Amino acid sequence: MTEEIIIAGFGGQGVLSMGQILCYSGVMQNKEVSWMPSYGPEMRGGTANCTAIISDEQISSPVLNTFDTAIVLNQPSMDKFEDAVKPGGLLIYEKNGMTRKPKRTDIDICAIGAYDESVKMKNTKVFNMIVIGGFLKIRPIIDIENVIKGLEKVLPERYHNLIPLNEEAIRKGMEIISVEHKLN
Amino acid sequence: MSENLIKPENLVYKKTDAMTDRVLHYCPGCGHGTAHRILAEVIDEMGIQNETIGVAPVGCSVLAYYYFNVDMQEAAHGRAPAVATGIKRVFPEKYVFTYQGDGDLAAIGTAETLHACNRGENILIVFINNGIYGMTGGQMAPTTLAGMKSSTSPFGRDIKTMGSPLKMTELVAQLPGTYFVTRQAVHKPGNVRKTKRAIKKAMEYQKLNKGTCFVEIVSNCPSNWKMTPVQSNKWMEENMFPYYPLGDIKVPEEK
Amino acid sequence: MKELRLMKGNEALAEAAIRAGADAYFGYPITPQSEVIEYLMANRPEDRTGMVVLQAESEIAAINMVYGAAGCGKKAITTSSSPGISLKQEGLSYIAGAELPCVVANVVRGGPGLGTIQPSQSDYFQSVKGGGHGDYKLIVLAPNSVQEIVDFTRLAFELAFKYRNPVMIQSDGIIGQMMEKVELFEQIPRVEPDYDWATLGRKNGKPATFITSLQLQAEEQEKVNLRLQAKYREVEKNEVRYETYKCDDAEYLLTAFGSCARITRKAMEMARDKGYKVGLLRPQTLYPFPVDAFNKLAEQVKGILSVEMNAGQMIEDVKLAVNGKTKVEHFGRFGGMIPSPDEILNALEQKIIGG
Ligand SMILES: Cc1ncc(C[n+]2csc(CCOP(=O)(O)OP(=O)(O)O)c2C)c(N)n1
Ligand code: SF4
Ligand SMILES: [Mg+2]
Repeated sequence: MTEEIIIAGFGGQGVLSMGQILCYSGVMQNKEVSWMPSYGPEMRGGTANCTAIISDEQISSPVLNTFDTAIVLNQPSMDKFEDAVKPGGLLIYEKNGMTRKPKRTDIDICAIGAYDESVKMKNTKVFNMIVIGGFLKIRPIIDIENVIKGLEKVLPERYHNLIPLNEEAIRKGMEIISVEHKLN
Repeated sequence: MSENLIKPENLVYKKTDAMTDRVLHYCPGCGHGTAHRILAEVIDEMGIQNETIGVAPVGCSVLAYYYFNVDMQEAAHGRAPAVATGIKRVFPEKYVFTYQGDGDLAAIGTAETLHACNRGENILIVFINNGIYGMTGGQMAPTTLAGMKSSTSPFGRDIKTMGSPLKMTELVAQLPGTYFVTRQAVHKPGNVRKTKRAIKKAMEYQKLNKGTCFVEIVSNCPSNWKMTPVQSNKWMEENMFPYYPLGDIKVPEEK
Repeated sequence: MKELRLMKGNEALAEAAIRAGADAYFGYPITPQSEVIEYLMANRPEDRTGMVVLQAESEIAAINMVYGAAGCGKKAITTSSSPGISLKQEGLSYIAGAELPCVVANVVRGGPGLGTIQPSQSDYFQSVKGGGHGDYKLIVLAPNSVQEIVDFTRLAFELAFKYRNPVMIQSDGIIGQMMEKVELFEQIPRVEPDYDWATLGRKNGKPATFITSLQLQAEEQEKVNLRLQAKYREVEKNEVRYETYKCDDAEYLLTAFGSCARITRKAMEMARDKGYKVGLLRPQTLYPFPVDAFNKLAEQVKGILSVEMNAGQMIEDVKLAVNGKTKVEHFGRFGGMIPSPDEILNALEQKIIGG
């Protein structure tokens, strides 16, 4: 198994930490992982993205042009990465703030209203965990227990009381993600 | 003369010709944008767009050459005063300015700054002091206040091991080569007006060939101070101004 | 016990420096390597081991602080990225001339000039051919993973002291910024230096020590140069490091170093899937260069493609090594652009297999 993922959105959406959490969780599940951020001026108030690779084998290139999965959280990111999904791959997009639907017909497409859900949960900080939940529903490459273990590693001790909330967010994401286009 | 150049409030948002149409890349609430604008206005009002050559630094204002509608050169980090010296010495009739941040001017470029001022180069140095390395993500600058947190002083600046915040402006005022040295701010309309007047004077002095003019602008960096623009201005007033008091430090004797 | 962590290359370098028993770090912020000093400042090595960490006012100051500390026999390290490394060249020449041990890491970005902050390998010539003045060499290590960043940081200090020579770790924006699993080695205790060449303070009855790179007489300078050259020959004999992948039956050879070798390896796998017998030789030391390994493979393969994130720099050493025995071509992207595996495979087919 090798899953090559690009996660892209606005700087404040927790894009980079989403990739890190997936990688930490991968380590907990004895996978090989690599995480590579976009860095530099483009991040200032603008868009951010990271590549996360989770694999059973040694990872050769940490930077890629095409991906198994693209998780796009704003319109510029959809515009940039929709075409970078490999045929047969997966595109997950956040509904909030999108002005158009994806056009590809040769990939699976899923939508998630993670922002609205995070508002309902009265904590927009769990936005990215809802997205992770949605992704793991469609691509169950890591067990939820290992995501929690990963979180325990990433989060400083003083935030560990927030882990149940994050777990709830993951489960919510699994519930609310909807399949818009499915290849068979 | 300068008083009546400041037009009523409704002209505040009229673009000056000495700025291009490029959209500024600065973060919301950052002082760089205002400082650019008043410097450009002065150039515009003096009608010296074709007589001015500017030097951009390495820092958040590295792209200043996109924004000023005058000829500009981009210098290596800290070397702007030396580059400006080269320009002014071969084009003594031109108006030459540098625009530099505190890392650029007061850390890596200290030697170039002191020596350009000591030689009394007839240039204007605009010095944006935001107490931090903005561009590279909030590392400690020589001007970072004692106890102030930055990404390379995460427990606060410890003056025992990291030195005291450097008052470059007071330092260059000591040198016989400087002619007009002042410290201003651009966070309030009144300060903007004062700063603009200072920059205008400094530009005009270039024609007198009497030495270096040095205008420090104490500014903010909401992004790396991790504050809202409003908070950052308040913090600046409460913490930066007591250490870096505003006002003229060295004024020409005549008149 | 060995410790497994997920770390950024830059942070791993900082942690490895602490664990290698470094006495001092001096540096100046620059993207994409500021995490090194930020990590050190946040992790308080002065409390952990007594290691000194200082943000200098410039890269020139930082390398000269290293000179001073190294002259005292201490393990000193500085890191920067391309424009800052250019400023360190004067200091490096003096350090090489005075035969002092130190470690320098260059997290390379695209140039020339201010260039771009994106990853590049365009400083190969500067590192390998001596970026400063005078006939000197740096030992140059080229890690291709976060793990190798850790291992080579430790190795760099060992080599620096073994040969009393500056060692350059040639990283880049990819290796510096990416996160991977790493196994950290256990803390190596800092040691009190006791070298007769170091300025430790004069001892009674013994002559004073001085550190210099100056010789007033040409005859004396030539002796220094000959001694340095003899040392470099030793380095060339003992310290060549490289890795080969699938070279046993290879008819074509790819070569690349650092992060680019990771991408090239993916291209090699794709080429193998297409039925081409392709191998990969990855120099881990850029100086000393794996001359013999290339020379041997040159007799076996029909051509070599040197894949670099620059306009063709390592290819010169590959050509010298194979000495005309086989065709050598270059494929590169530069200015911060990263070649894709498809592009590399395409270049291999065009320039080597088909050409
Ligand atoms: C030789 C060299 N060293 C380091 C850098 C990285 N660098 C770019 S801008 C900067 C500091 C900018 O801070 P400042 O001058 O205060 O400007 P600000 O961004 O705060 O306006 C540094 C260290 C560089 N470009 N060149
Ligand atoms: S980082 Fe700071 S100095 Fe730079 S543009 Fe943003 S607010 Fe201004
Ligand atoms: Mg600054």
